Amino acid sequence: MSTLVTSAPAPATDPPRGGRRGTGRRDGRIGWLFLTPTLLVLGLFMVLPIVMALWVSVSDWTGNGSPFSSRVHFVGGDNYAALLAEPGLTRQNFATSVRNNGYFVLFVVPLQTALALFLAITLHRKKLRGRQFFRTAFYFPTVTSSVAISVVFLFLFSSTGTVNAALKLFGVDGPSWFADPRGIFHLALGDPAPPGALTGHGFLGLSWWDWFSGPSVAMCSIIVLVVWTTTGGFMLMFYAALQNLSSDVDEAALIDGANAWQRFWRVTLPQLRPTLFLVLTLGLIGTWQVFDQVYVLSRGNPANTTLTPAYLSYSTSFIGKQWGQGAAIAFLLFVVIVVFTLVQRWALRERGNRR
Amino acid sequence: MKRRWLGYAVLVFVAALYIYPFLIQLATSFKTDADATANPLLPWPRQWSFSVFRTLAEQDFPRWAANSVFVSVTVTIGRVVFDSLAGYALARLHFRGRSTVFGAILAVLAVPGVVLLIPKFLVLNQFGMYDTYSAMIIPLLVDATGVFIMKQFFETVPVSVEEAARIDGAGPFRTFWSVVLPMSKPALITLTILSFQGSWNELPHFIVSRQDPALNTLTSGVASLVSGELGQGNQFPLKLAAALLMTLPVAVVYFVFSRRFTQGTYEGVDK
Repeated sequence: MSTLVTSAPAPATDPPRGGRRGTGRRDGRIGWLFLTPTLLVLGLFMVLPIVMALWVSVSDWTGNGSPFSSRVHFVGGDNYAALLAEPGLTRQNFATSVRNNGYFVLFVVPLQTALALFLAITLHRKKLRGRQFFRTAFYFPTVTSSVAISVVFLFLFSSTGTVNAALKLFGVDGPSWFADPRGIFHLALGDPAPPGALTGHGFLGLSWWDWFSGPSVAMCSIIVLVVWTTTGGFMLMFYAALQNLSSDVDEAALIDGANAWQRFWRVTLPQLRPTLFLVLTLGLIGTWQVFDQVYVLSRGNPANTTLTPAYLSYSTSFIGKQWGQGAAIAFLLFVVIVVFTLVQRWALRERGNRR
Repeated sequence: MKRRWLGYAVLVFVAALYIYPFLIQLATSFKTDADATANPLLPWPRQWSFSVFRTLAEQDFPRWAANSVFVSVTVTIGRVVFDSLAGYALARLHFRGRSTVFGAILAVLAVPGVVLLIPKFLVLNQFGMYDTYSAMIIPLLVDATGVFIMKQFFETVPVSVEEAARIDGAGPFRTFWSVVLPMSKPALITLTILSFQGSWNELPHFIVSRQDPALNTLTSGVASLVSGELGQGNQFPLKLAAALLMTLPVAVVYFVFSRRFTQGTYEGVDK
């Protein structure tokens, strides 16, 4: 994912087309030959799966035999309806997973972006000793296996773990993180009895009171984990962008008497806008896909408060054998991600024109 | 003066937050279960214990490691070869349909990986590949990102070099093999590192492409270890030691090539 942003220097120009006619046909043959492995693998394991899953998402396949056998029937939009329209546990679980992931995105994206920008700016100052050491330290979690990191956090956030031991030094009794399903917005209100006005009504089978719970305490530990892991990569993107800025404007502002704070908001940040939007887009795309950490740490528990659409799609299919619904969840997630990406692109273009 | 001091203080504090968990992990791997629970903040063992490493060696861990090595080495070789071939074709060979293919690869690049989990299983199952090494390896052999990186790189190689080879009568394959590739070492090293790191750390694909415990890689194996297939207490030293061992190969590569990671990845593969 991170390598998407590789900014290669401007490409060398292609040779003029004239005068190369003799090599044209040979180029074509070799070209397709060179591309064959890529087209085969991507076609068979990226494109074909999408087509096949589209069929499964409108079928009643239960995982036995081939989904193309005559015993499998077309059920139209039933699987999608079960997730979005029909009252029941399926709809409620899906709504819960969207709520959980929504809060996850809401917390992780701003936190990782702000922290990454802050670290990049701190590292960017002239005459800093140990710059390479700090960069190496901050980026290391990004290259480490998500499974290994999750295991470490399982220990750090266990009820007798490092985090709670550290909190105890300050006289705070930490919660039993991964076992605590209480939403932090509810906790902020003192965990009151749910008011009837909010429990009576709801959306997608989930009461308004449940929608407004905030991330659960368990989800908060996953939020901390992911922010801790991903910040380093985004920091390097900001850092690379900062190095490409010319210092002229900054110096001009300095001469004009702008203080550090003003220079950051008025000079540096506007110039970083393209990188900022890139980081936000990659952040949104990545956080809507959170799977590994949930699979390793919580499997959706406690009380479904760490359930995410990606994990629900997996568990519905592989454990619940509702392959049609599992595939439908994957497509709905796809739509969510595409919509967020498009909104982000649109916002980027809007800002670009205004200048 | 005071500001600079403050900057260092902040950086050192954040660095501590980044390094301390790994120190705790290292120390806890050598602690006893009781010591780990009683002294979770202590970055060294009260009493050194090596028993978890023996336990891991006696269980399936070596098998997982062997699978991980086999799968990632094969995938890395495949990606380096196939990604460069495709990247070169897209960057330098002229033929009809080239830009269409590139557009298609960009589109594939945009498909979120997690969305493909269930679909990938469906195809592997349909092909009768499910639960085999080929199911674990073949779908990873090419990655659109790598093709993109190599294409970007090849476009920066001066055209004059290739023209000279062509005038000397070298065909496209020869030009690629003996002129362009030797010039591409930095990009090839970057691609090797990224491919190895990516396939070594891969989890979701190994969840949907197999279920046989004998085919567990380190990621799927350690994940099953954590979800309690061994049972009996929390066994944190054992789990943390397993996580530590699985981190080592990537950590070694990272510290040897750290500049390539922290600069190359983000500032252009040619540096």
